[in-house]
Amino acid sequence: MPLFDQLFNFAHWLTQDRAEAEDLVQETYTKALKGFSSFQLGTNFRAWMYRILRNTFLTSRSGLKASAMVPLDADDAPELPAGPTNPESVLIEKSQHEVLQQTLEALPIHFREILLLCEVEEMSYQEIADTLSIPIGTVMSRLSRARRALRDSLQQKLVRT
Amino acid sequence: MADAWTEKLDTYLDGELSSAEMRELDTHLRGCPDCTAEVLSRLQLKRAVQVAGKRYSANADFRARVQSSVTARPRRSSMRLWLAAAVAVVVLIAIGIGTVSMRQQQFARQQIFSEVADLHVATLASSNPVDVVSTDRHTVKPWFQGKIPFSFNLPELQNSDFTLLGGRVAYVEQTAGAELIYQIRKHQISVFIFPEEKLGGELASHSGVRRQRTFNVESWAQDGLRYFVIGDANNEDIGNLANLLRKAAVS
Repeated sequence: MPLFDQLFNFAHWLTQDRAEAEDLVQETYTKALKGFSSFQLGTNFRAWMYRILRNTFLTSRSGLKASAMVPLDADDAPELPAGPTNPESVLIEKSQHEVLQQTLEALPIHFREILLLCEVEEMSYQEIADTLSIPIGTVMSRLSRARRALRDSLQQKLVRT
Repeated sequence: MADAWTEKLDTYLDGELSSAEMRELDTHLRGCPDCTAEVLSRLQLKRAVQVAGKRYSANADFRARVQSSVTARPRRSSMRLWLAAAVAVVVLIAIGIGTVSMRQQQFARQQIFSEVADLHVATLASSNPVDVVSTDRHTVKPWFQGKIPFSFNLPELQNSDFTLLGGRVAYVEQTAGAELIYQIRKHQISVFIFPEEKLGGELASHSGVRRQRTFNVESWAQDGLRYFVIGDANNEDIGNLANLLRKAAVS
């Protein structure tokens, strides 16, 4: 099955629950097979699969709940100058792996998903734009916000520990 | 630290800057320790997220369940269609590559035959067609020693209509080889022998008879040597001489 492991990982990050992630992946494959005729050859297959998964999630109960928690309109707000990070404070060692995972988990869903698509799935901006159905400019601004949010909460966590 | 650059550092690390901007930023980083430290710190975080993000894996049961539900569905035909589409794409690509390389190979092969025909014509036109004039194969063969990077056997011609006129060194694709000139009745035939591997493999295992600008040519490979027998004699004569050479080569 194409992309099975990656889709499951992504689904689990979105749902934060194994059983829900399994349902989501199952449904994604079912929908993909049913709708394969609507897939346009030559377009990005991976982005298409992730889009199905994500749309399925967003229309599920937990998806609706998760996306209701954060307004998305911040994407188009003027960019704040990116503050310098303190290299020492974001030094991630193996022991801090869990801290990073918890931080990612706690991020708003639209930050979490874009970070995963960019860093874990190593998608190009164009692929991310296709997956999330947003323009590339929005991909860039949302990514930059997501990274800042991650750094900020990571710093807070590390200072506390 | 320059703010204009800071904004671009993430895009830089994502490999999404244009190549011009990429170069500019590279140059800037070499002279700016602040930005360099910043890039390192961001890169570290990027890598850390990459590792931390690969967190969940499906268990085998679930994988099997999805697998079976996918293949056992009534819409199985679409999975097949899917597979068929993938196979078709692969096949098309393979055919595409195959056709291109076959064309290239045919073209290269044609080039070599064309060169061989040119050499034969040049020999016929030359007032001095051979460098070693002898009907004796025991004179002609040693003459090539040190002039070409291989050795070969020449056939005994006593019971045939062919006469050896002599030989010269010929070049195809910057490779030195032997050219032997034979006569049968009024026709002159050139025999070219080259090391096969020096011809770039375009001839591959090609072997056979063909027409090259009204000449008959027979070509084959034997023991790492590539033979061409070319002339305006008829196919039968060309074939007979080729057979004599083949036999001589194994003796």
